[in-house]
Amino acid sequence: MKILVCLSNVPDTTSKITFTDNNTKFNTAGVQFIINPYDELALTRALEITEKQGGTVTTITVGLPETEPSIRKGLAIGATDAVRVNAEATDAYFVAEQIAAYAKAEGFDLILTGREGIDYNSGQVAGLLGEMLGLPSVNVITSIEIENGIATMERDIDGGKEKVSCKLPLVASAQKELTEPRIPNMRGIMAARTKPLKVVEATGSEKTSATVAFDLPPAKGGVKLIAPEDAASLIGILHNDIKII
Amino acid sequence: MNTSQEFFHANKPDLYNHPDYYLMDELLTEEHKLIRQSVRDWVKKDLSPIIEDVAQKATFPMHMIKGLADVGAFGPQLPAEYGCGGMDYITYGIIMQELERCDSGVRSTASVQGSLVMYPIYKFGSEEQKHKYLPKLAKGELMGCFGLTEPNHGSNPAGMTTNFRDAGDGKHVILNGAKMWISNSPFADIAVVWAKNEQGKIKGIIVERGMEGFTTPETHNKWSLRTSATGELVFNDVKVPVENILPSVEGLKGPLTCLNSARYGISWGAIGAAMDCYDTALRYSKERIQFGRPIAGFQLQQKKLAEMITEITKAQLLTWRLGVLMNEGRATPAQISMAKRNNVDLALNVSRNARQMLGGMGITGEYSIMRHMMNLESVVTYEGTHDIHLLITGMDITGISAFE
Ligand SMILES: Cc1cc2nc3c(=O)[nH]c(=O)nc-3n(C[C@H](O)[C@H](O)[C@H](O)COP(=O)(O)OP(=O)(O)OC[C@H]3O[C@@H](n4cnc5c(N)ncnc54)[C@H](O)[C@@H]3O)c2cc1C
Repeated sequence: MKILVCLSNVPDTTSKITFTDNNTKFNTAGVQFIINPYDELALTRALEITEKQGGTVTTITVGLPETEPSIRKGLAIGATDAVRVNAEATDAYFVAEQIAAYAKAEGFDLILTGREGIDYNSGQVAGLLGEMLGLPSVNVITSIEIENGIATMERDIDGGKEKVSCKLPLVASAQKELTEPRIPNMRGIMAARTKPLKVVEATGSEKTSATVAFDLPPAKGGVKLIAPEDAASLIGILHNDIKII
Repeated sequence: MNTSQEFFHANKPDLYNHPDYYLMDELLTEEHKLIRQSVRDWVKKDLSPIIEDVAQKATFPMHMIKGLADVGAFGPQLPAEYGCGGMDYITYGIIMQELERCDSGVRSTASVQGSLVMYPIYKFGSEEQKHKYLPKLAKGELMGCFGLTEPNHGSNPAGMTTNFRDAGDGKHVILNGAKMWISNSPFADIAVVWAKNEQGKIKGIIVERGMEGFTTPETHNKWSLRTSATGELVFNDVKVPVENILPSVEGLKGPLTCLNSARYGISWGAIGAAMDCYDTALRYSKERIQFGRPIAGFQLQQKKLAEMITEITKAQLLTWRLGVLMNEGRATPAQISMAKRNNVDLALNVSRNARQMLGGMGITGEYSIMRHMMNLESVVTYEGTHDIHLLITGMDITGISAFE
């Protein structure tokens, strides 16, 4: 079994978000980066599968050299080897195109991604990869078992679960329940020192979309307290100021 | 910082965020930071949720041994060829800091295993001893303890009376005596014991559980280091094979060399306890409202917090520099004494001030501060008391011993 896991490098969830360049660029100053948590689930599940059935797990990251600590962490968690496409991960189409180019040449049985990046949350890479590689793509899976070249997966749907089976090769994206993320142990960290991390140059198109502006959600307003006996002014506010009644 | 561990376990109460006022992280390698984050993630996930309960019940969390071994807490600074981490001294310090950030007792268990059991076997043991014990000790499959202190010889270990003599069969020695205040003794599989031979010279000897005449009664009712098991080692005509004697050292230099390594780890660890107390007090003081405003807005509380972070930052720098000297093999025992003394003392002061800042809540097990404070009373005593380390510095700078 040859598995490819897409690892993206995202700001830690406690980061303070600010922008530069006229609100068109995320300000990375002082921000710490981590492996996208959903991607880490994909990686862990891939390792569980290959530990049981044999095989290799390669990670691929589209990113500049500063993404390497996250890639090393992936190797420390247990990936066999890693690839970094040396380009800034600008939009989902560009990222998917890079990964597809590498995957096409290598031929993987299974490609796993996270259900979305917790940075821009576009959630498109898995779908785009399926299209670009001509493979089935199953979104937001909460379980995956593989037997005799067939993957059986569960995914959340509105008000219930859907069980899907699909022949390999395929692309799937990981949702929260897929597994428990693993903490790298000392042995893994030692082993990661000598595992291969290959850097390849980007191919294909320039990015296809451009950010016009980012906006932060409006700051939470203060709370207006209205005495219970003063229903009239509450109705007045809802009617005249907020205009919802 | 929040990794996947916290992203998916967001309702856990361990909110620790480490203070780094002088951007010390820039002095660390990516690997140092990965190890620190891994240990921290493990602590937050497995250790923090149980530590208060374990401390209240004063039981040692045996089921944590595997986790400790996995994160590399046992002898990370020793070579990989013996199944150890092969990491540098800064890594060792970082791991001790992350553990003690949670609890000094857990850190003590790791210190004893790595510096007081594995280190002497590595440094003074035969090749057979190293291969026999080190890989299992690194994995936590064997646990060890270190017997130096005796009921009548604490600060003055040279006066020890535990001794061994030739058994007459050419294959064994007969060990007699007793050790006291021994961390890990109640569950240890092996004990590195320091005892005098017939010539009165101190030698290290590996005693294994199960040897006839060897018992390890537990010391109960401690108010400090309640998550660490402490006990005695009693030797009643214990027949020990001669190949269990550490061949390459004689005299007080043996145990003191081990203590240097452990004290170095404690100097990092104690800052961890201080950082946790500071972090807790800072968060609490910003949330606790009295007289209509957060108590963090009152000058008296700001003074406490400002002094805490100043002392912590100084200690971080001191200890990082000591780590570099350790890596270069240039740190002197007196330099290590200074760091151990300074850092444990500041941690005690930080814990006392932080405890006051939490008012009544500060005395409960809801917060870690009082536990740290009680633990640190042991840390300031063992591995050389506060006073003894001062005398070491005094002797180092004047050339005159004030001990005797
Ligand atoms: C929880 C715990 C765990 C421990 N674990 C271990 C272990 O694993 N292995 C081990 O071997 N030991 C261990 N110890 C023992 C510890 O190292 C000793 O307690 C310590 O060395 C002090 O010895 P003592 O208790 O006999 O005190 P004493 O030596 O009697 O000292 C009492 C007081 O006198 C002061 N004093 C002594 N001599 C002088 C002097 N010359 N000048 C000025 N003041 C002096 C000391 O500073 C101290 O304040 C542990 C202790 C504790 C509390």
